[in-house]
Amino acid sequence: MNRKNMKITLIATIIAMSLGMLNWTAFGGTPPQVGEVFPDITLPIPENDADKAYLGIKGGDSFTIPQIKARVVIIEIFSMYCPYCQREAPKVNQLYSLIDNDPVLRDKIKMLGIGAGNSPFEVGVFKGKYNVPFPLISDGDFTLYKRIGEVRTPYFFGVRINDDGTHQVFYSKLGEFGGPEEFLKSMVQLSGLK
Amino acid sequence: MKRQGFLVVALGIIWITLVSTTTAFGISQAYKGNIYNPGLLKPTDSTLKVKAGECAPDFSLPAVSGERVTLSQYRGKKNVVLSFVPAAWTPVCSDQWPGYNIVKDIFDTNDAILLGITVDNIPTLFAWTNQMGKLWFPVLSDFWPHGAVADKYGVLRSDGVSERAVFVIDKKGVIRYIGVNDINARPRLEILVRELEKLEK
Repeated sequence: MNRKNMKITLIATIIAMSLGMLNWTAFGGTPPQVGEVFPDITLPIPENDADKAYLGIKGGDSFTIPQIKARVVIIEIFSMYCPYCQREAPKVNQLYSLIDNDPVLRDKIKMLGIGAGNSPFEVGVFKGKYNVPFPLISDGDFTLYKRIGEVRTPYFFGVRINDDGTHQVFYSKLGEFGGPEEFLKSMVQLSGLK
Repeated sequence: MKRQGFLVVALGIIWITLVSTTTAFGISQAYKGNIYNPGLLKPTDSTLKVKAGECAPDFSLPAVSGERVTLSQYRGKKNVVLSFVPAAWTPVCSDQWPGYNIVKDIFDTNDAILLGITVDNIPTLFAWTNQMGKLWFPVLSDFWPHGAVADKYGVLRSDGVSERAVFVIDKKGVIRYIGVNDINARPRLEILVRELEKLEK
Protein backbone atom coordinates (compact mmCIF):
# COMPACT_ATOMS: atom_id res chain seq x y z
CA MET A 1 0.00 0.00 0.00
CA ASN A 2 1.57 3.33 -1.00
CA ARG A 3 1.51 6.42 1.22
CA LYS A 4 -1.44 8.02 -0.61
CA ASN A 5 -3.62 4.93 -0.33
CA MET A 6 -2.69 4.54 3.32
CA LYS A 7 -3.71 8.16 3.86
CA ILE A 8 -7.12 7.62 2.20
CA THR A 9 -7.80 4.51 4.28
CA LEU A 10 -6.69 6.25 7.47
CA ILE A 11 -8.95 9.26 6.79
CA ALA A 12 -11.88 6.96 5.98
CA THR A 13 -11.35 5.04 9.21
CA ILE A 14 -11.24 8.25 11.26
CA ILE A 15 -14.44 9.55 9.58
CA ALA A 16 -16.14 6.19 10.09
CA MET A 17 -15.17 6.03 13.75
CA SER A 18 -16.38 9.60 14.31
CA LEU A 19 -19.71 8.85 12.65
CA GLY A 20 -19.97 5.66 14.65
CA MET A 21 -19.43 7.60 17.87
CA LEU A 22 -22.15 10.04 16.79
CA ASN A 23 -24.48 7.11 16.32
CA TRP A 24 -23.76 5.91 19.82
CA THR A 25 -24.08 9.24 21.52
CA ALA A 26 -27.27 10.06 19.67
CA PHE A 27 -28.81 6.89 21.17
CA GLY A 28 -31.99 7.33 19.29
CA GLY A 29 -33.10 9.33 16.30
CA THR A 30 -35.84 11.64 15.17
CA PRO A 31 -39.14 9.96 14.52
CA PRO A 32 -41.49 11.38 11.88
CA GLN A 33 -43.58 14.13 13.41
CA VAL A 34 -47.20 15.17 12.92
CA GLY A 35 -47.77 16.44 9.38
CA GLU A 36 -44.76 14.61 7.97
CA VAL A 37 -44.91 11.71 5.56
CA PHE A 38 -44.37 8.34 7.25
CA PRO A 39 -41.19 6.61 5.97
CA ASP A 40 -41.74 4.21 3.09
CA ILE A 41 -41.08 0.99 4.92
CA THR A 42 -41.53 -2.50 3.53
CA LEU A 43 -42.81 -5.06 5.99
CA PRO A 44 -42.86 -8.86 5.75
CA ILE A 45 -46.34 -10.29 5.24
CA PRO A 46 -47.59 -12.00 8.40
CA GLU A 47 -47.72 -15.81 8.17
CA ASN A 48 -50.99 -15.93 10.06
CA ASP A 49 -54.03 -15.93 7.72
CA ALA A 50 -56.16 -13.99 10.21
CA ASP A 51 -53.53 -11.23 10.32
CA LYS A 52 -53.36 -11.13 6.51
CA ALA A 53 -57.14 -10.90 6.26
CA TYR A 54 -57.23 -8.18 8.93
CA LEU A 55 -54.76 -6.04 7.01
CA GLY A 56 -56.43 -6.82 3.67
CA ILE A 57 -53.08 -7.88 2.17
CA LYS A 58 -52.96 -10.50 -0.52
CA GLY A 59 -50.04 -12.38 -2.05
CA GLY A 60 -46.35 -11.49 -2.17
CA ASP A 61 -43.76 -11.56 0.56
CA SER A 62 -43.99 -7.99 1.71
CA PHE A 63 -46.33 -5.02 1.99
CA THR A 64 -46.23 -1.30 2.61
CA ILE A 65 -48.35 0.78 4.98
CA PRO A 66 -50.52 2.34 2.20
CA GLN A 67 -51.39 -1.18 1.01
CA ILE A 68 -53.26 -1.83 4.25
CA LYS A 69 -57.00 -1.76 3.64
CA ALA A 70 -57.81 1.13 5.97
CA ARG A 71 -57.93 4.90 6.20
CA VAL A 72 -55.93 5.03 9.40
CA VAL A 73 -53.19 2.75 10.78
CA ILE A 74 -52.10 2.88 14.40
CA ILE A 75 -48.55 1.60 14.62
CA GLU A 76 -46.99 0.59 17.93
CA ILE A 77 -43.22 0.22 18.14
CA PHE A 78 -42.67 -2.26 20.95
CA SER A 79 -40.32 -4.91 22.25
CA MET A 80 -41.08 -8.07 24.19
CA TYR A 81 -38.15 -7.03 26.40
CA CYS A 82 -39.66 -3.63 27.27
CA PRO A 83 -41.38 -3.57 30.68
CA TYR A 84 -43.65 -0.64 29.70
CA CYS A 85 -44.75 -2.43 26.53
CA GLN A 86 -45.59 -5.45 28.66
CA ARG A 87 -47.62 -3.35 31.11
CA GLU A 88 -49.33 -1.44 28.31
CA ALA A 89 -50.29 -4.55 26.32
CA PRO A 90 -53.72 -5.14 27.93
CA LYS A 91 -54.71 -1.51 27.28
CA VAL A 92 -53.55 -1.73 23.68
CA ASN A 93 -55.68 -4.86 23.31
CA GLN A 94 -58.65 -2.92 24.72
CA LEU A 95 -58.09 -0.27 22.08
CA TYR A 96 -58.25 -2.99 19.43
CA SER A 97 -61.52 -4.31 20.91
CA LEU A 98 -63.06 -0.83 20.94
CA ILE A 99 -62.26 -0.40 17.27
CA ASP A 100 -63.31 -3.93 16.36
CA ASN A 101 -66.66 -3.54 18.12
CA ASP A 102 -67.44 -0.28 16.33
CA PRO A 103 -69.16 -1.10 13.00
CA VAL A 104 -68.11 2.23 11.48
CA LEU A 105 -64.49 2.29 12.63
CA ARG A 106 -63.53 -1.38 12.29
CA ASP A 107 -62.87 -1.18 8.56
CA LYS A 108 -61.33 2.29 8.73
CA ILE A 109 -58.77 1.88 11.51
CA LYS A 110 -56.26 -0.96 11.63
CA MET A 111 -53.51 -1.64 14.18
CA LEU A 112 -50.02 -2.98 13.65
CA GLY A 113 -47.09 -3.64 15.98
CA ILE A 114 -43.42 -3.63 15.03
CA GLY A 115 -41.16 -5.57 17.41
CA ALA A 116 -37.89 -3.62 17.50
CA GLY A 117 -34.98 -6.05 17.61
CA ASN A 118 -37.34 -8.97 18.23
CA SER A 119 -37.00 -12.22 16.29
CA PRO A 120 -40.17 -13.88 14.94
CA PHE A 121 -39.98 -16.26 17.94
CA GLU A 122 -39.77 -13.36 20.39
CA VAL A 123 -42.65 -11.53 18.70
CA GLY A 124 -44.62 -14.78 18.91
CA VAL A 125 -43.90 -15.01 22.64
CA PHE A 126 -45.23 -11.47 23.18
CA LYS A 127 -48.30 -12.12 21.02
CA GLY A 128 -49.07 -15.34 22.89
CA LYS A 129 -48.36 -13.98 26.35
CA TYR A 130 -50.72 -11.03 25.98
CA ASN A 131 -53.13 -12.53 23.43
CA VAL A 132 -52.46 -9.65 21.08
CA PRO A 133 -55.25 -9.78 18.47
CA PHE A 134 -53.64 -7.58 15.82
CA PRO A 135 -50.59 -8.32 13.61
CA LEU A 136 -47.12 -7.98 15.12
CA ILE A 137 -44.18 -7.80 12.75
CA SER A 138 -40.66 -8.95 13.63
CA ASP A 139 -37.85 -6.45 13.08
CA GLY A 140 -35.02 -8.62 14.35
CA ASP A 141 -32.14 -6.61 12.92
CA PHE A 142 -33.66 -3.17 13.68
CA THR A 143 -33.97 -2.35 9.95
CA LEU A 144 -37.48 -0.90 10.23
CA TYR A 145 -36.66 0.64 13.59
CA LYS A 146 -33.78 2.63 12.10
CA ARG A 147 -36.01 3.88 9.27
CA ILE A 148 -38.66 5.00 11.73
CA GLY A 149 -36.25 7.08 13.80
CA GLU A 150 -34.97 4.86 16.62
CA VAL A 151 -37.70 5.77 19.07
CA ARG A 152 -37.92 4.61 22.66
CA THR A 153 -40.65 2.10 23.41
CA PRO A 154 -43.59 1.89 23.44
CA TYR A 155 -44.07 4.51 20.73
CA PHE A 156 -47.31 5.12 18.88
CA PHE A 157 -47.79 6.54 15.42
CA GLY A 158 -51.13 7.44 13.88
CA VAL A 159 -50.82 7.31 10.11
CA ARG A 160 -53.50 8.46 7.68
CA ILE A 161 -53.57 6.80 4.28
CA ASN A 162 -54.56 9.38 1.72
CA ASP A 163 -56.52 8.70 -1.47
CA ASP A 164 -53.41 9.35 -3.56
CA GLY A 165 -51.55 6.55 -1.76
CA THR A 166 -49.38 8.80 0.40
CA HIS A 167 -49.39 8.31 4.13
CA GLN A 168 -49.09 11.10 6.61
CA VAL A 169 -48.39 11.11 10.34
CA PHE A 170 -51.16 12.68 12.45
CA TYR A 171 -49.97 11.33 15.80
CA SER A 172 -46.43 10.62 17.01
CA LYS A 173 -45.87 10.08 20.69
CA LEU A 174 -43.78 8.13 23.17
CA GLY A 175 -45.04 6.20 26.14
CA GLU A 176 -48.30 5.29 27.76
CA PHE A 177 -51.36 6.44 25.85
CA GLY A 178 -53.73 6.76 28.81
CA GLY A 179 -57.24 5.37 28.57
CA PRO A 180 -58.12 3.42 25.41
CA GLU A 181 -61.45 5.30 24.99
CA GLU A 182 -59.80 8.73 25.11
CA PHE A 183 -57.00 7.57 22.88
CA LEU A 184 -59.43 6.26 20.26
CA LYS A 185 -61.43 9.49 20.43
CA SER A 186 -58.28 11.51 19.76
CA MET A 187 -57.28 9.18 16.92
CA VAL A 188 -60.63 9.74 15.24
CA GLN A 189 -60.44 13.50 15.71
CA LEU A 190 -56.80 13.99 14.77
CA SER A 191 -57.04 11.80 11.70
CA GLY A 192 -60.10 13.67 10.44
CA LEU A 193 -62.18 10.49 10.25
CA LYS A 194 -65.06 12.32 11.91
CA MET B 1 -7.13 1.42 -11.09
CA LYS B 2 -5.34 0.58 -7.82
CA ARG B 3 -6.37 3.95 -6.38
CA GLN B 4 -10.02 3.27 -7.24
CA GLY B 5 -9.74 -0.04 -5.41
CA PHE B 6 -8.51 1.68 -2.28
CA LEU B 7 -11.29 4.26 -2.52
CA VAL B 8 -13.82 1.41 -2.61
CA VAL B 9 -12.19 -0.14 0.49
CA ALA B 10 -12.23 3.22 2.26
CA LEU B 11 -15.89 3.85 1.46
CA GLY B 12 -16.65 0.28 2.52
CA ILE B 13 -15.11 0.92 5.93
CA ILE B 14 -17.33 4.00 6.36
CA TRP B 15 -20.45 2.10 5.33
CA ILE B 16 -19.76 -0.96 7.51
CA THR B 17 -19.08 1.25 10.51
CA LEU B 18 -22.28 3.20 9.98
CA VAL B 19 -24.52 0.17 9.71
CA SER B 20 -22.85 -1.85 12.43
CA THR B 21 -22.54 0.66 15.24
CA THR B 22 -26.14 1.71 15.45
CA THR B 23 -27.72 -0.31 18.23
CA ALA B 24 -31.01 -0.04 19.98
CA PHE B 25 -31.09 -1.81 23.27
CA GLY B 26 -32.37 -0.49 26.59
CA ILE B 27 -34.87 1.61 24.66
CA SER B 28 -37.80 0.98 26.97
CA GLN B 29 -39.33 4.11 28.41
CA ALA B 30 -39.39 2.20 31.73
CA TYR B 31 -35.85 3.44 32.34
CA LYS B 32 -36.69 7.07 31.54
CA GLY B 33 -33.32 8.00 30.08
CA ASN B 34 -31.34 6.55 33.01
CA ILE B 35 -29.44 4.06 30.92
CA TYR B 36 -25.72 4.69 30.62
CA ASN B 37 -24.35 3.87 27.22
CA PRO B 38 -20.83 2.41 27.44
CA GLY B 39 -20.41 2.38 23.67
CA LEU B 40 -19.30 -0.54 21.58
CA LEU B 41 -17.21 -2.97 23.66
CA LYS B 42 -14.92 -5.85 22.81
CA PRO B 43 -17.41 -8.68 22.13
CA THR B 44 -15.84 -11.08 24.66
CA ASP B 45 -12.93 -10.56 27.02
CA SER B 46 -12.36 -13.65 29.13
CA THR B 47 -11.53 -17.35 28.90
CA LEU B 48 -13.99 -19.97 30.08
CA LYS B 49 -12.82 -22.10 33.00
CA VAL B 50 -15.58 -24.69 32.68
CA LYS B 51 -17.05 -26.64 29.80
CA ALA B 52 -20.24 -28.51 28.94
CA GLY B 53 -20.31 -31.95 30.53
CA GLU B 54 -18.43 -30.81 33.64
CA CYS B 55 -19.92 -30.34 37.08
CA ALA B 56 -20.94 -26.71 37.64
CA PRO B 57 -18.83 -25.05 40.36
CA ASP B 58 -20.95 -24.44 43.44
CA PHE B 59 -21.43 -20.95 44.84
CA SER B 60 -23.48 -19.05 47.35
CA LEU B 61 -24.51 -15.43 46.70
CA PRO B 62 -26.80 -12.85 48.34
CA ALA B 63 -30.05 -12.11 46.51
CA VAL B 64 -31.81 -8.75 46.22
CA SER B 65 -34.69 -10.29 48.17
CA GLY B 66 -32.40 -10.67 51.22
CA GLU B 67 -31.93 -14.45 51.11
CA ARG B 68 -28.79 -16.31 50.16
CA VAL B 69 -28.94 -18.62 47.19
CA THR B 70 -26.66 -21.62 46.78
CA LEU B 71 -26.45 -23.40 43.46
CA SER B 72 -26.37 -26.88 45.03
CA GLN B 73 -29.73 -26.27 46.77
CA TYR B 74 -31.34 -27.07 43.40
CA ARG B 75 -29.42 -30.35 42.94
CA GLY B 76 -31.87 -33.15 42.20
CA LYS B 77 -34.77 -30.70 42.21
CA LYS B 78 -34.51 -28.19 39.37
CA ASN B 79 -32.61 -27.51 36.19
CA VAL B 80 -30.82 -24.17 36.60
CA VAL B 81 -30.12 -21.36 34.15
CA LEU B 82 -27.43 -18.89 35.20
CA SER B 83 -27.78 -15.60 33.36
CA PHE B 84 -24.73 -13.41 33.87
CA VAL B 85 -25.23 -9.87 32.58
CA PRO B 86 -22.42 -7.31 32.63
CA ALA B 87 -23.82 -4.34 34.52
CA ALA B 88 -26.93 -2.64 35.84
CA TRP B 89 -28.24 0.47 34.07
CA THR B 90 -26.64 -0.39 30.75
CA PRO B 91 -28.48 -0.87 27.42
CA VAL B 92 -28.56 -4.56 26.61
CA CYS B 93 -28.66 -5.81 30.21
CA SER B 94 -31.71 -3.68 30.97
CA ASP B 95 -33.56 -5.49 28.18
CA GLN B 96 -32.60 -9.06 28.82
CA TRP B 97 -34.24 -9.97 32.14
CA PRO B 98 -37.59 -8.22 31.47
CA GLY B 99 -37.86 -10.60 28.51
CA TYR B 100 -37.15 -13.63 30.71
CA ASN B 101 -39.68 -12.24 33.16
CA ILE B 102 -42.60 -12.93 30.80
CA VAL B 103 -41.58 -16.49 29.97
CA LYS B 104 -41.79 -18.10 33.41
CA ASP B 105 -44.09 -20.69 31.83
CA ILE B 106 -41.27 -21.84 29.53
CA PHE B 107 -38.93 -22.27 32.51
CA ASP B 108 -41.70 -24.07 34.46
CA THR B 109 -42.43 -26.41 31.57
CA ASN B 110 -38.77 -27.38 31.53
CA ASP B 111 -38.60 -27.66 35.32
CA ALA B 112 -35.97 -24.92 35.44
CA ILE B 113 -35.18 -21.99 37.67
CA LEU B 114 -33.41 -18.86 36.46
CA LEU B 115 -30.71 -17.15 38.53
CA GLY B 116 -29.77 -13.66 37.33
CA ILE B 117 -26.26 -12.58 38.33
CA THR B 118 -24.26 -9.37 37.98
CA VAL B 119 -21.18 -8.00 39.74
CA ASP B 120 -23.18 -4.98 40.99
CA ASN B 121 -23.95 -4.49 44.67
CA ILE B 122 -27.38 -5.15 46.19
CA PRO B 123 -28.61 -1.52 46.44
CA THR B 124 -27.81 -0.93 42.76
CA LEU B 125 -29.52 -4.16 41.74
CA PHE B 126 -32.52 -3.27 43.90
CA ALA B 127 -33.02 0.11 42.20
CA TRP B 128 -32.38 -1.25 38.72
CA THR B 129 -34.56 -4.36 38.87
CA ASN B 130 -37.42 -2.32 40.39
CA GLN B 131 -37.77 -0.67 36.98
CA MET B 132 -38.39 -4.07 35.39
CA GLY B 133 -41.53 -4.85 37.35
CA LYS B 134 -41.76 -7.75 39.77
CA LEU B 135 -39.24 -10.39 38.73
CA TRP B 136 -40.15 -14.02 39.41
CA PHE B 137 -36.52 -15.21 39.65
CA PRO B 138 -33.75 -14.44 42.15
CA VAL B 139 -31.28 -11.71 41.25
CA LEU B 140 -27.88 -12.36 42.82
CA SER B 141 -25.03 -10.01 43.57
CA ASP B 142 -21.51 -11.20 42.74
CA PHE B 143 -20.12 -7.93 44.09
CA TRP B 144 -17.87 -9.19 46.88
CA PRO B 145 -15.36 -10.76 46.62
CA HIS B 146 -15.72 -8.88 43.40
CA GLY B 147 -16.83 -11.09 40.53
CA ALA B 148 -15.64 -14.26 42.29
CA VAL B 149 -18.37 -16.47 40.83
CA ALA B 150 -17.99 -14.98 37.34
CA ASP B 151 -14.26 -15.63 37.65
CA LYS B 152 -14.84 -19.21 38.80
CA TYR B 153 -16.79 -19.84 35.59
CA GLY B 154 -14.32 -17.87 33.48
CA VAL B 155 -16.65 -15.05 32.46
CA LEU B 156 -15.08 -12.14 34.35
CA ARG B 157 -13.83 -9.52 31.90
CA SER B 158 -10.62 -7.57 32.40
CA ASP B 159 -12.57 -4.43 33.38
CA GLY B 160 -14.33 -6.18 36.28
CA VAL B 161 -17.77 -6.80 34.75
CA SER B 162 -18.96 -10.19 33.63
CA GLU B 163 -19.64 -11.42 30.14
CA ARG B 164 -23.19 -11.70 28.86
CA ALA B 165 -23.29 -15.44 29.44
CA VAL B 166 -25.81 -18.20 29.96
CA PHE B 167 -25.08 -21.54 31.61
CA VAL B 168 -27.69 -24.28 31.53
CA ILE B 169 -27.15 -26.78 34.36
CA ASP B 170 -29.15 -29.98 34.72
CA LYS B 171 -30.59 -31.47 37.91
CA LYS B 172 -27.42 -33.50 38.45
CA GLY B 173 -25.42 -30.28 38.54
CA VAL B 174 -23.79 -30.91 35.15
CA ILE B 175 -23.31 -28.01 32.72
CA ARG B 176 -25.27 -28.82 29.55
CA TYR B 177 -24.89 -25.59 27.60
CA ILE B 178 -22.67 -22.51 27.73
CA GLY B 179 -23.46 -19.41 25.68
CA VAL B 180 -21.07 -16.49 25.92
CA ASN B 181 -22.73 -13.84 23.84
CA ASP B 182 -21.29 -10.73 22.22
CA ILE B 183 -21.59 -8.28 25.13
CA ASN B 184 -23.09 -5.67 22.76
CA ALA B 185 -26.11 -7.74 21.73
CA ARG B 186 -28.97 -9.55 23.38
CA PRO B 187 -28.94 -13.33 22.98
CA ARG B 188 -31.96 -14.68 21.13
CA LEU B 189 -34.53 -16.19 23.43
CA GLU B 190 -35.10 -19.14 21.12
CA ILE B 191 -31.54 -20.39 21.65
CA LEU B 192 -32.10 -20.69 25.40
CA VAL B 193 -35.52 -22.27 24.90
CA ARG B 194 -34.04 -24.86 22.54
CA GLU B 195 -31.40 -25.79 25.13
CA LEU B 196 -33.99 -26.01 27.91
CA GLU B 197 -36.10 -28.34 25.82
CA LYS B 198 -33.17 -30.76 25.52
CA LEU B 199 -33.04 -31.28 29.30
CA GLU B 200 -34.60 -34.14 31.23
CA LYS B 201 -37.70 -32.89 32.96
